Amino acid sequence: MNGVHDMGGMHGLGPVAPEADEPVFHAAWEARVHALVLASPTRGNIDSGRHRRELIPGPDYLRMTYYEKWLAGLTGMLVEGGLVTAEELASGRADPKAPRSEPRLAGPAVVAAMSQPSSYVREIAQPARFKLGQAVRARNLNPTGHTRLPRYVRGRVGVIEAMRGAHVFPDSHAHEGGESPHHLYAVHFDARELWGPQAAERDSVVLDLWEPYLDAV
Amino acid sequence: MPVLSARVTYPLSLGRILGEPAPMAHDHHDHDHGHDHGPDHGQEPPADIALRVKALESLLVEKGLVDPAALDAIVDYYETKVGPRNGAQVVARAWTDPAYRERLCQDATAAIAELGFTGRQGEHMVAVENASGIHNLVVCTLCSCYPWTVLGLPPVWYKSAPYRSRAVIDPRGVLAEFGTELDADVEVRVWDSTAEIRYLVIPERPAGTEALSVEALAGLVTRDGMIGTARL
Repeated sequence: MNGVHDMGGMHGLGPVAPEADEPVFHAAWEARVHALVLASPTRGNIDSGRHRRELIPGPDYLRMTYYEKWLAGLTGMLVEGGLVTAEELASGRADPKAPRSEPRLAGPAVVAAMSQPSSYVREIAQPARFKLGQAVRARNLNPTGHTRLPRYVRGRVGVIEAMRGAHVFPDSHAHEGGESPHHLYAVHFDARELWGPQAAERDSVVLDLWEPYLDAV
Repeated sequence: MPVLSARVTYPLSLGRILGEPAPMAHDHHDHDHGHDHGPDHGQEPPADIALRVKALESLLVEKGLVDPAALDAIVDYYETKVGPRNGAQVVARAWTDPAYRERLCQDATAAIAELGFTGRQGEHMVAVENASGIHNLVVCTLCSCYPWTVLGLPPVWYKSAPYRSRAVIDPRGVLAEFGTELDADVEVRVWDSTAEIRYLVIPERPAGTEALSVEALAGLVTRDGMIGTARL
């Protein structure tokens, strides 16, 4: 979707403001939100979670802090997944008629769970359509759902810099369409191809793009 | 179980949580730390958000959906077990062990796992090396993807709209704000983390460090050096 989250190349959003000796969390509630997102048994996945945050209305998205967006996304997924009702959120009390669950993640299992990588690479029979060094054009796609093809590369020509294997495809995975893995490529774009003559001549931007985002040139 | 404090004068409505305009209290004493959220550029969470989070946690615990001990353990993990010191160990090893450096460039995920750093947001690692003619910079324009296993959780500025918007179109301007000036003949290569690949910048080893131990070298490696906003 062409939301404000897709902000690469925008002007006017202010200066970058690094903070000296920044703590991991700025408040205890931020730490709890982070933990709730990782521990809650939402019926979503990493891609539907990202999309849920993209669905926050643009003005709110820009106003909210990072962990407010996580809280909004988590709450939305809990309700949409049928795990919590709007009435329960309003009252703050569990519906006494609702069945009680068992937590998916218990305290002693946390370190192992957090240290356990979950690969997004999948084996597929279909051979890669593009090869190293090949010129490709990012398609001009404007889906209303989730995509990881930023607006700023659509229609632009780059070169395949690395082959990443086949990965879970977010455009499908975010929408209950299954993993639908496709080949993923690191695509190297000259900065001037993206931004015109204002960009420095030698500079470049590399993005990881799935095969359905690309056409041969 | 008292879920909502008497101080909460309105229900914990879904609309509020999903970001509908909230009555903005300007009494900062309600905050956990009473801090100034300066780096978020005027973004200030609603004063009641700590209570809203507490109410949501209590509800999920009451329903048996989460174990509060798991929440405590997750917070501890991200506050004490992961952080830039992990990545610094990877970099120092790469500087001092050519065979490790080769493995890191061939398969960073496996080479980083050799040092025990595995897990979420580090599933598919790629190491990108700075050199005399190339400087690498990492961003996620679409959200805030970041290599948690080697750098921990990202700083606020990395997740902020200014960095996400500008790093790809004006990397040299962003670098200058971090005090990093690069010659025109250096290629600035920006890596936009659009997939599950996570990037670790391997900074150039500072001159005059030949005599230092691996541990001492790791102490020179900064988080910003491994994002690419700084040189060492």
